[in-house]
Amino acid sequence: MFAQKQAQAAHADWREFVIEALIRVLGFSTIGFVLLIFLFLLREGVPSFYKVPVSNLFGTRWYPNFDLFGTLPLLLGSVLVTVTAILIALPLGAATAVFVREVAPNWAREILKPMIEVLAGIPSVVLGFFGMHAVAPLIRGTLGIPTGLTVFTGALILAYMALPTIISVAEDALDAVPKSLRDAGLAMGATQWQTIWKVVVPAARSGITTAVMLGMGRAIGETMAVMMVTGNAARMPLSLDSLFRPARTMTATIAAEMGEVAQGSIHYHTLFGIGIILFLLTFLINLAAAATIFKKRRRGGLR
Amino acid sequence: MVEAKIHIDKVSYAYGENWVLNDVTLDIAPNSVTVFFGPAGGGKTTLLRLINRLNDLVEGTQMKGRILVDGQDIYNSEIHIPTLRRRVGMVFALPLPLPGTVRENVLYGLKLAGVKDRSRLDEILEQSLTQSALWDEVKDRLDHLAVALSGGQQQRLCIARSLALEPDILLLDEPTSGLDPISTRKVEDSLFTLKEHYTVIIVPHSIQQAARIADKAAFFLMGNLVEYAAGTELFTRPRKKKTEEYVTGRFG
Repeated sequence: MFAQKQAQAAHADWREFVIEALIRVLGFSTIGFVLLIFLFLLREGVPSFYKVPVSNLFGTRWYPNFDLFGTLPLLLGSVLVTVTAILIALPLGAATAVFVREVAPNWAREILKPMIEVLAGIPSVVLGFFGMHAVAPLIRGTLGIPTGLTVFTGALILAYMALPTIISVAEDALDAVPKSLRDAGLAMGATQWQTIWKVVVPAARSGITTAVMLGMGRAIGETMAVMMVTGNAARMPLSLDSLFRPARTMTATIAAEMGEVAQGSIHYHTLFGIGIILFLLTFLINLAAAATIFKKRRRGGLR
Repeated sequence: MVEAKIHIDKVSYAYGENWVLNDVTLDIAPNSVTVFFGPAGGGKTTLLRLINRLNDLVEGTQMKGRILVDGQDIYNSEIHIPTLRRRVGMVFALPLPLPGTVRENVLYGLKLAGVKDRSRLDEILEQSLTQSALWDEVKDRLDHLAVALSGGQQQRLCIARSLALEPDILLLDEPTSGLDPISTRKVEDSLFTLKEHYTVIIVPHSIQQAARIADKAAFFLMGNLVEYAAGTELFTRPRKKKTEEYVTGRFG
């Protein structure tokens, strides 16, 4: 009896070991892949930083055929499109989150939440298509400009893509505000709206910041839709009307040119160099998001 | 007998089909400390929350009966709820400072009510913190974050926050449940001074506390008001058997 149990136990131990080892290998391999991708990016991209003179690399003109690799218009294009998108998405997203969490009755919330999650699943190429054939003509017609494929069009589409992320993360943040804090606000004679605006939203502030950061991370890395609707002209977006002119983002440049570039050429390395810049940018944004979350935890919850 | 400040008239209340209050009737005298006590699930907190209509936002509830404050039916459709809640302050079991500083916390309700006069705000700030026995401890850090205060201080801050609105009635739902004995003592002491100006209803966190502070005490069991009498009487010579058993610790 005793020996039999021992044998069973040994068998169980052996199974434990195999399962544990398997999980460990799978877990480490994922991290390993990320590292390998990063190393590959570095290997292919770093040469651009010493093969192309700095003044050229950070110049204002991107004409690879004439050996002009100015990444500045691309960088500014990305930043302009992303910032505009966030400026559009932030009020919409925050307001929607407040509505879904605080104002909507239960039955409406049950319908809205899954619908918002479905939004996140729309392929970006479909949104790009929509932007090209529905939004762009509208913008061209209303503003009377030569082309509807502009920074603003791209920002609208990107804002739409960042919305689901912003809404669901902000909504979670609002949900995490203790119910008793709402009661406290109401008990002091605040109206429902005052309670939301002066108690609940400030308490969820760091979570809402995180939501925006994550939405921004998604927006800046987005390629397909942006490539389809921003017009892809690598010009410096410096004048005030740049918002309503075409621009070209870093992601679109890589996607459009990588297929036709001679492998190992300076152009090839520069495209990877742009990839590194993009990577650093998203990394910084995510870091900032993580820092707000960390700060929130350290300060003991939600305040 | 003085006219009742609050008249609870045949109130029944249910969450869904679950009736947590059954036909409760009692009068609460002004400038007194009334204690609602009894085992958990007796409906004490629900009744408190009904007095300032805090349960309005809870969905799927039903209510029968009336609650009158100063002779006025507070469930009348003409009642302006924020105004009612300013008159009927409430302090919760867990100390919950709002985001912001000590000063902002205390003056929060007044700012919402539109009071802007600086000297008046400063006066109320000192007055309400003094009444809640916190002034001496925080007068040098009024602009520090409220979350930096200790638990006991935070709770007295929440009391001060309610007092700043100069309510008539103060509802306290187990205000000392999270506090150490010394902080508890301070909060109880402040209640004695408070009843000169306010009508206080409190759900205590122990029978001992109920006995210490009650002018009048109401014993609730499973949503029924079993006995309602002067504190000195109810805790020493309870008339109902259930009350006696609970007060002497034989059940509950």
